[in-house]
Amino acid sequence: MNPVVDVKDLETTFFLKSGPFRAVNRISYSINQAETLGIVGESGCGKSVTSFSLMRLIDRPGKVTHGQALLNGKDLFKLSEPEIESVRGGQMAMIFQEPMTALNPVLTIGFQMNEQIEKHLKLTKKDAKDRAIEMLQLVGIPSAAERYDNYSHQLSGGMRQRAMIAMALSCNPQFLIADEPTTALDVTIQAQILELFQNLQEKLKMSVQFITHDLGVISEVSDKVLVMYAGQMCETGPTQEVLTSPRHPYTAALIESRPQMGHRIDRLKTIEGSVPAPHELPVGCPFSNRCSRVKSECWTIKPAFVNITPTRKIACFNPL
Amino acid sequence: MTTFILRRLLQTLVVIVILSYVCFGLMTLMPGDPVEMMISANPKISTEDIVRLREFYGLDQPVYKRYLTWVSDITSGDLGYSRTYRIPVTEMMGPSLRATFILSVTSLVFSLLVAIPLGIACALKPNSKLDYTINLFNFAGISLPSFWLGIVLIIIFAVKLGWLPAGGYQTTGMSYPSWWNEVLDKGKYLILPVVSLSIQSIGRFSRFVRSSMLESLRNDFIRTARAKGMSARVVIWRHAFRNALIPLVTIIAISFSSIFSGALITETLFAYPGVGRLIYSSIMGNDFNVAMISFVISVSMVLIMNLVADILYGVVDPRISYK
Ligand SMILES: Nc1ncnc2c1ncn2[C@@H]1O[C@H](COP(=O)(O)OP(=O)(O)OP(=O)(O)O)[C@@H](O)[C@H]1O
Ligand SMILES: [Mg+2]
Repeated sequence: MNPVVDVKDLETTFFLKSGPFRAVNRISYSINQAETLGIVGESGCGKSVTSFSLMRLIDRPGKVTHGQALLNGKDLFKLSEPEIESVRGGQMAMIFQEPMTALNPVLTIGFQMNEQIEKHLKLTKKDAKDRAIEMLQLVGIPSAAERYDNYSHQLSGGMRQRAMIAMALSCNPQFLIADEPTTALDVTIQAQILELFQNLQEKLKMSVQFITHDLGVISEVSDKVLVMYAGQMCETGPTQEVLTSPRHPYTAALIESRPQMGHRIDRLKTIEGSVPAPHELPVGCPFSNRCSRVKSECWTIKPAFVNITPTRKIACFNPL
Repeated sequence: MTTFILRRLLQTLVVIVILSYVCFGLMTLMPGDPVEMMISANPKISTEDIVRLREFYGLDQPVYKRYLTWVSDITSGDLGYSRTYRIPVTEMMGPSLRATFILSVTSLVFSLLVAIPLGIACALKPNSKLDYTINLFNFAGISLPSFWLGIVLIIIFAVKLGWLPAGGYQTTGMSYPSWWNEVLDKGKYLILPVVSLSIQSIGRFSRFVRSSMLESLRNDFIRTARAKGMSARVVIWRHAFRNALIPLVTIIAISFSSIFSGALITETLFAYPGVGRLIYSSIMGNDFNVAMISFVISVSMVLIMNLVADILYGVVDPRISYK
């Protein structure tokens, strides 16, 4: 079976005054039907840029400079502007990091849902409204018919994120990108949204790209995981395997630096240093200046991203 | 909402009363009351007659009493007679007001039609050559005095090229077989005044549109709209411009009053028979009744437009409620 989403050698560059900056550097992954890929990595490692690249929402001075992104075999980067518009919000939808600001404050929730539904499902106003209310009910918004006429400032943060999810799912997408959908919410709401998310995915059989820097969330929602560092791939594989026996030192460091339930510790382990600025990126492995297992070749040669088992890949000369 | 409007109307009324009283007082300080003019017209008039006339016109009364009489007269619909033209002020005001209103509204609409696309074009490509060029013209427009521009326009288009009339309101002695001919003829006379009156507001508006569009385009919901597959046109107009409109509405409504007062100056320049020319000639000709009414109307216009701005603000922004 062909994967629904197949990204190959994606490279996105920002042409800044200080010179070109490669925010995403040759990333490849694929997602099957009803499968969830989790993408993790520290802030600034290029998770959002990867997602926006697929959505073709990268604006000047940024540009996708290499690679392809196949959605059901069709290269998203080769589509014309009207073609990509008919895919966005239809076959492919995205939920954003910030529910507070992602909705238009001067249009009602219903109006914002309707315009999308009318466009992609080609429904009449009346049917689109029914569909929108049905979706609001599906994501667990109480008295959906009234909420339909509300403005975003009349909803709580959790409600807004639910409305965003309802909106993203309203046109039966096959591929959903969720960019840290719960980061801005408090923990109880976060748990509710995650549960809702999993239920819906099972029901709708979507392929999901779930972005987060919370490994706990990843282990709950995703089938496989891709670990990114400074715009590059470090490690990928089935979630449970990667989280229980990480092979790349960066993955291991990420796992160690998160608090464990039931363990009382005086100090959390942190990864020394921070993500290097683009012009300070080491010549060899991008993680070499922070790595505890660094070897001499790490400084000069970039490790290839290769299979270590049929389902797992890493880019490291000295894996765990 | 209704109580809000009522309260604001009341405030507006109070301001009009205060301002008109001040103006009334200032007018009485102007040299030359009606009796003095009669004296100059007929030097042989006797001192008793002068006293009698002063009593007759109420000029011996203190200012506040005369003001109260004036207010009770105008509120009962009696605007008095023009001293210069010897016709009721109501008859003069109607056509002048309409002419000024047409001039200001045309200018406002014209400015917006030009400024909005210009501002949006700049906001879509900030710091581009196009943006710089438009900005340059905006600054030029804002800094050029409109009376100077008016004179230049007259010299070029009326005197040198002879394309458009230099002033007036309609071709004298013209009869209009249909309303269309009337619009065409009067429109020709409107072009130069409207352009000279609009240049400043075009500059001002398009800079406002640019900055408020830039602000609006930076919002996250713009990305959401694009992610939903909305076309560029929908994203720009329905999502971005709709939000940019919130700060704009106030500015536009308030600007209308400045266009209105600008019209008063432009009218004198183009011999356009509006309120502005009426005020000018009435003050020059010591035509007290006309001057006072014109003044009150101009002030009310400014205040009412401010009120309209407040109300519109609530209409375009659902987050604002007047409770
Ligand atoms: N419009 C832009 N212009 C220049 N650089 C950008 C732009 N957008 C993103 N970047 C850079 O690209 C890199 C990756 O950013 P990205 O937003 O993808 O990070 P992220 O992994 O999503 O982080 P977070 O977890 O904080 O959301 C960052 O270094 C960022 O500064
Ligand atoms: Mg991000």
